[in-house]
Amino acid sequence: MSEARPTYRKPLPRIDEESRPWWEALARRELYVQRCRACGITRLPPRALCPACLSSDTEWVRASGAGTVYSFTVTHQNQAPGFREELPYVLAVVELAEGPRMMTNVVGCAPDDVRIGMAVEVVFDDVAPGVTLPRFRPASRSA
Amino acid sequence: MSLRGAVAVAGVHEHPTRFAPDKTAYQIMAESARGALADAGLSIRDVDGLFTSGVGPGLGIVSLAQHLDLRPTFLDSQAIGGSSFVSHCLHAAAAIHAGLCSVALVVYGSTAASERFAIGTGGGVPSDPPDQFELPFGPTIVGSYALVAQRHMHEYGTTSEQLAEIAVTMRRHATANPHAKYREPITVDDVLASRVISSPLHLLDCCIISDGGGALVLTSAERARDLAKRPALILGGAEAVQHQGIGRRDLCDVAARQTGRLALARAGVGHADVDLCMVYDSYTITVLVTLEALGFCAPGEGGAFCANGRIGLGGVLPTNTDGGGLSSNHPGMRGIFLVIEAVRQLRGERGDAQVPDCEVALVHGTGGLLGQRHSGVTLLLGRA
Repeated sequence: MSEARPTYRKPLPRIDEESRPWWEALARRELYVQRCRACGITRLPPRALCPACLSSDTEWVRASGAGTVYSFTVTHQNQAPGFREELPYVLAVVELAEGPRMMTNVVGCAPDDVRIGMAVEVVFDDVAPGVTLPRFRPASRSA
Repeated sequence: MSLRGAVAVAGVHEHPTRFAPDKTAYQIMAESARGALADAGLSIRDVDGLFTSGVGPGLGIVSLAQHLDLRPTFLDSQAIGGSSFVSHCLHAAAAIHAGLCSVALVVYGSTAASERFAIGTGGGVPSDPPDQFELPFGPTIVGSYALVAQRHMHEYGTTSEQLAEIAVTMRRHATANPHAKYREPITVDDVLASRVISSPLHLLDCCIISDGGGALVLTSAERARDLAKRPALILGGAEAVQHQGIGRRDLCDVAARQTGRLALARAGVGHADVDLCMVYDSYTITVLVTLEALGFCAPGEGGAFCANGRIGLGGVLPTNTDGGGLSSNHPGMRGIFLVIEAVRQLRGERGDAQVPDCEVALVHGTGGLLGQRHSGVTLLLGRA
């Protein structure tokens, strides 16, 4: 795990007891979704109980890291520290191959090259001790 | 025990200010309360229900009650975003109908503009559990709505020109509103030439930031009949939320889909009966997806539905005849102004901006982050 970037000024996740395993896995460069052993539904973001059946019997399923861009916006204005120095950046919703969609950033390409439906793959960005953000870049191989 | 027609909005007041560095938010609320009570012909001592939002993070509504020296027996500081004040009307109607209070004061005041508060493009501080999965990636409020706009364009071919037409229509309405913050007419080209804030939304696709406030007085329809102004009856309403759920959210599906159907059924009116729409126009896309979700057109047809002045005065569905949040005022939460304008139209007070023979108005407030989590509240109002 890398050292905290001294200049990192963006909000860090407020990790809680329900989300801690997910964030710990990210720090190991692993992305997970949750699956309910009782009803089989796959979910994100993580939480202790399945909202479909309220079962606590949850398994963590390793995600492949592959996904597609479901929607995105090229952000040209954000006055918050950390973001205002990095404009423009791409805020996106990525649909994982396993089903759930998640908010993230698309990196590794020009913002104007991002398209809905584009194949992407996860990259792990260590931003602070114990905090690794799952961002996505254009997939290196064709789907 | 239907609410239909049981409760009325008896008094309204929109604070005329758009920039008030010399006033506090509480002062704007007190002045708005004075205006609405005078409009209704009631006194502050008649108020036994108090409804407000956005007054925290301290004791909020309790502090406001002290400021107004009120001792209400029914309190509601609903905090579901800008739709809260529309929700207040529904809650106040239920409370009055159930005998829990008799005169409800709904009040709002804000000095967002004079405090130079960056509402749409400021940062967020993680507070609720879901925030940890979003805020590290830099969603702005504009960005949350832009995610919906981008997806809508992808699914249905909606264009920036179609969104721009909504801003142009709202500005046309604002030209007839002497209190509106921006009154110079704009064109589609002006909107497209304004800088991109969060693609595909341009500056002129976004609501303005102003100071301001307003107040409403609600009481039983029976009591309202003897008051100063022609009452506007609460015909029905509904509220709902839309969110990520377990990560399968359809971004083009908004809370209005749930509330519209319910509210219209409860009010006993159909789409063709609606003479005026007052829908939260935080962004142009908000209007488009709201009208679709309310059922005024099919999903994907919102762009064409809003084009060519069709939602302007004289069009098929006059919408936001005060100029809306896109041009008139937006102090952070706009719900109360939707109700105020609807009541003025139902009374026939709007002069050059009057919708002819306005009998039924549909109000829809959207609160929160359209692409993440938001609330929606639909209210149907009718001429008494």
